[in-house]
Amino acid sequence: MEFIHHPWPWYIAGPLIAFLMMLMHYFGKGFGVSTNLKTICSALGAGKHCDFFIGDWKEQRWNLIFMLGVLLGGVIGGSFLQNPEPIQLSETVVNELEAMGIQNPGANYIPTEIFSWDNLFTIQGFTFMILGGFSLGFGARYAGGCTSGHAISGLSNLQWPSLLAVIGFFIGGIISTYLFIPYLLNL
Amino acid sequence: MRLLKFLIAGTIFGIILSKAEVVSWFRIYEMFRFESFHMYGVIGSAVLVGIVFTQSAKRKELKSMYGDKMVFIQKDKGVKRYILGGTIFGLGWALTGACPAPMFTLVGHGFSIFLIVIASAILGTYVYGLIRHKLPH
Repeated sequence: MEFIHHPWPWYIAGPLIAFLMMLMHYFGKGFGVSTNLKTICSALGAGKHCDFFIGDWKEQRWNLIFMLGVLLGGVIGGSFLQNPEPIQLSETVVNELEAMGIQNPGANYIPTEIFSWDNLFTIQGFTFMILGGFSLGFGARYAGGCTSGHAISGLSNLQWPSLLAVIGFFIGGIISTYLFIPYLLNL
Repeated sequence: MRLLKFLIAGTIFGIILSKAEVVSWFRIYEMFRFESFHMYGVIGSAVLVGIVFTQSAKRKELKSMYGDKMVFIQKDKGVKRYILGGTIFGLGWALTGACPAPMFTLVGHGFSIFLIVIASAILGTYVYGLIRHKLPH
C-alpha cells in the first residue's frame, strides 16, 4: 500500500506513459489530447462558419471518452490515491516562490492563491488562467499538437516537426517563467 | 466495449499524471527553472521507451487489435508553425502549469477553476481556426 500513496518516480511514470501510447496504437488510434479541443469546437457548431472545424466530430468520440477518463483519473488520483505529504520541490524553487508571496509551495498541486475563482477577475488571475488557457489552445492547434502528440508521440516517431515544436514549448515556457511569472506575482 | 477501453486508458493516464505530480503547477515551474530532473526524467524516459516501441512497430509492421497496420501520423513539413505555435503553447504551459491532459485531470482533483482554463483553451483553438490563413505556417 505504501507505493500507492507515495508519489511515483520518473522512471516508473515515463515508461508507463510510453506503454499507454502503445496501448492506444494497439486500439487502432493514436495519442493526442489537444485534438479534443478542436473536436469540441466542431461539436459546438463552429463548422458552420469556419471550414477548419468542418468534419464529423463523432469520429473523434473515442478521444473525447479518453479525455473523460483523464478527468476520472484525476478524481481517483486526487482522492484515495493522493499522497498526503507535500510535493518534494527543490529548495531553491521553494525559497524563491515564498519570496514572491506563494504560501507553502508544494503543499497543494497548484498555488491556490493564483488559481481561485476570487482571483479570476484580477489582472494576475486573468493572465494566468484565461490568457494562459487561450495560448494553450491556440498554440497547440497552430503547432499541430501538444505534449502528448509532439513531445511523446512525435519524438518517438523521430519527427523533425515535433522536435521544433518541443523547442518552441521551451522557448515559450522560459519566457513565461523568467519574465511574466515574476512580474505577475509582484502585482 | 469499443469505447469503454478508451475510458479505462484515459483513467490510467489521469492516475499516472497525478501520481507522478505532472499535473502540479510547481513541477512545471521547477522544470522551466531547470531546478529538478523529475519532469525531464518523465518525458525523457517516455520518449526513449516510445522510440524503441514505435521504431520496432514500424519495422515489424505490427497490427492493431482489429488487424490493421498501426497508424503513425507523419507531421506536415514546415518550420514556422512549429516554432511559433510551440512558443505560444509554451507560454500557456508555464502560466497554467498544465498542458491539455492535466487541465482535465485537475478538474477531477476538484479544482473547478480549471474549467475556466479549459474554456479559454477551447476559445484559443477556435480563434486559431478563424485566423489561421493570416498566420505564417
